[in-house]
Amino acid sequence: MLPDVREKGLLGIDRLTREQVQAILDRARDFQPRAEHSFKKLDLLRGRMVVNLFFEASTRTRTSFEIAAKRLGADTISITAQASSVSKGESLVDTLNTLAAMRPDAIVMRHSASGAPHFLQRYLETPIINAGDGTHEHPTQALLDARTILDRGASLEGLRVAIIGDIAHSRVARSNVYLLSKFGADIVLCGPASLLPEELTQIAPGVTLTTDMNEAIRDADVIMMLRVQLERQHEATFPASEYFQFYGLRLEHLRLARPDAIVMHPGPINRGREISSEVADSQRSVILTQVENGIAVRMAVLDRVLCGGTDH
Amino acid sequence: MAALIIKNGRVIDPASGHDGIADVWIEGGVVQGVGADLSPSGAEEFDATGLIVAPGFIDMHVHLREPGFEHAETIETGSRTAAAGGFTSICPMPNTSPVNDNATVTSYIIEKAKLHAAVNVWPIGAITKGSAGEELAAIGSMRQAGAVAISDDGRPVMNARVMRRAMECGRSFGMPVIDHCEDLDLSAGGDMHEGLESVRQGLRGIPGCSEDVMVARDILLAQVTGARYHVAHISSRHSVAMVAFAKARGLAVTAEATPHHLALSDRDMAPYDSNYKMKPPLRSDCDVEAVKGGVVSGAIDAIATDHAPHAGSEKMQEFERCPFGVLGLETALAVALENLVHPGKIGLRRLVELFTTGPARILGINRGRLAQGAPADVTIFSTNREWTYDVNKSFSKSRNSPFDGRTFRGGPVATVVRGAVVWRA
Repeated sequence: MLPDVREKGLLGIDRLTREQVQAILDRARDFQPRAEHSFKKLDLLRGRMVVNLFFEASTRTRTSFEIAAKRLGADTISITAQASSVSKGESLVDTLNTLAAMRPDAIVMRHSASGAPHFLQRYLETPIINAGDGTHEHPTQALLDARTILDRGASLEGLRVAIIGDIAHSRVARSNVYLLSKFGADIVLCGPASLLPEELTQIAPGVTLTTDMNEAIRDADVIMMLRVQLERQHEATFPASEYFQFYGLRLEHLRLARPDAIVMHPGPINRGREISSEVADSQRSVILTQVENGIAVRMAVLDRVLCGGTDH
Repeated sequence: MAALIIKNGRVIDPASGHDGIADVWIEGGVVQGVGADLSPSGAEEFDATGLIVAPGFIDMHVHLREPGFEHAETIETGSRTAAAGGFTSICPMPNTSPVNDNATVTSYIIEKAKLHAAVNVWPIGAITKGSAGEELAAIGSMRQAGAVAISDDGRPVMNARVMRRAMECGRSFGMPVIDHCEDLDLSAGGDMHEGLESVRQGLRGIPGCSEDVMVARDILLAQVTGARYHVAHISSRHSVAMVAFAKARGLAVTAEATPHHLALSDRDMAPYDSNYKMKPPLRSDCDVEAVKGGVVSGAIDAIATDHAPHAGSEKMQEFERCPFGVLGLETALAVALENLVHPGKIGLRRLVELFTTGPARILGINRGRLAQGAPADVTIFSTNREWTYDVNKSFSKSRNSPFDGRTFRGGPVATVVRGAVVWRA
């Protein structure tokens, strides 16, 4: 896919250049709260209107976008729509056109269909920020993950990042692969073969695959666990009773990783399914830091889309 | 009807082997003669200088949506679209509502066509009642009513025993059995070809093997039953190889390819654009090459469009919600020229075969030749005239084409059905 530099909103990481990603990550650092200061509301987006349109259940992402917009001084409206406006007879295009006619400055959108925001952006002037589309991309998640990793080190280059779980159905995995690859990380994708298509090695440079969790974790700097997305699976792809035994992250696995390795998870976590409570609550876990960085990163994205940001 | 004389065209008639500049004299709906300097008195003249004059093209795989889905297409609009694509005969698939699974529906289509169709309409009947895959349809009665083949296109017969019986039935009535080869369990939930692009775009895949296992099954059943068996819209390289294998063993196995499977791979899809969504899906580059190879080698006998109109309200949706299928009639010849003839893969005679004698032989219909005594269906086309396809000017009721806005070199110029010019550019 060709990078579309004239893209109005933010549809995916795949379409961004490394420089564009770096600019967002740098800008996010400006928005990170300093421990010694209480947070001060900014007015960069005063008088601007951001609509959060979520066609799929989401607590953290929707809240995070809403807080990010409010901290920048924007007005926000959050709509949790059932994908069933269609059942009322209105198509997605019509729903979006109706909203766009009310002249919001940006629409933050989550939808269960891959490519739904890409499809809509062809018909819409209003910039769309993708807050997760089906099993395709979740760009702000990858950005906040990168921000979190970078908070602990200078560079992503050469880092060994293990992403473990249902890779096939994970928009988090795809966006992270696109992002990490642009910065020269070594990416190991791990999961049962039915959830790990061979073609993943070709979607970006620096990707290897393994079905062996120990191999994935060995010498890893970052261990990124994915939620088992049962709602995205239309069939039994792996014996559910054995999942935790073979692909659940437990304390003993951490010994294989680098001593300073961190454990990440996009949430919501399923304790005892893909990650043990002991790991989730351990010193290695940066899961809550990810949530915190989500706000700074989404502020940077809103700033970029609505103010031109710091893009070069 | 007045006589018509088509002057000075290059007449290519694969059935007789004729290839050369000649005049074609048509009168009374029949070809009266093909030869030099014919000048019957009072005949209307069509100057075909610089053009190819061929037997009327046959599209053995279209969806006319009537009865039941007249908002997307009708026998009248679909047949006009066919005429504008140079086709003089079309075979509508039975997935209408009601399904064409009995003589009443077959007769309805034929009667409607007599009243409103611009071209010949040869219906294809269902294999099973309601195309539900369980109980055989009234195949013999449909044959008597005018159906030329049977197929559960789009809803393939999953039960191998039922398919075996269908083939035996087809043999009894002298009809080919056409299969849309797709193992529905392997393809379940898929929206595009399973491969790098589907992984990249986060769309569920339809693997090539979902086609291959059905082609393999059907070839084995064709061997057991002695039936004439035809693979619809072949798209996978392994399926092409298996058809070639079956032919080499002397089985009555044939195959068709669509223009879009000859022209486009999954890498050519505009992301999440439903005008590129069809079944079988646009496959990998090497599958496209194999399908072209099959056309060259003879493993593939016919080009058929699988013209599948869908209303804008159905196609302008999230990709995974959109129905499968694209228009094809008006662009078929141009796409075939662009991908097969202009690059030198096949000559014009072979191209004409793929649109005429190929499908005529599979269906066993008295069409596809241009010689004295033949029904006067003629396709006149150019190999070099530049034109741009504007789907908004299509005769179809629908607008779902992946070729909108494309500029082509060569395409249909005029279409003659039973001696009458039904369309000209």
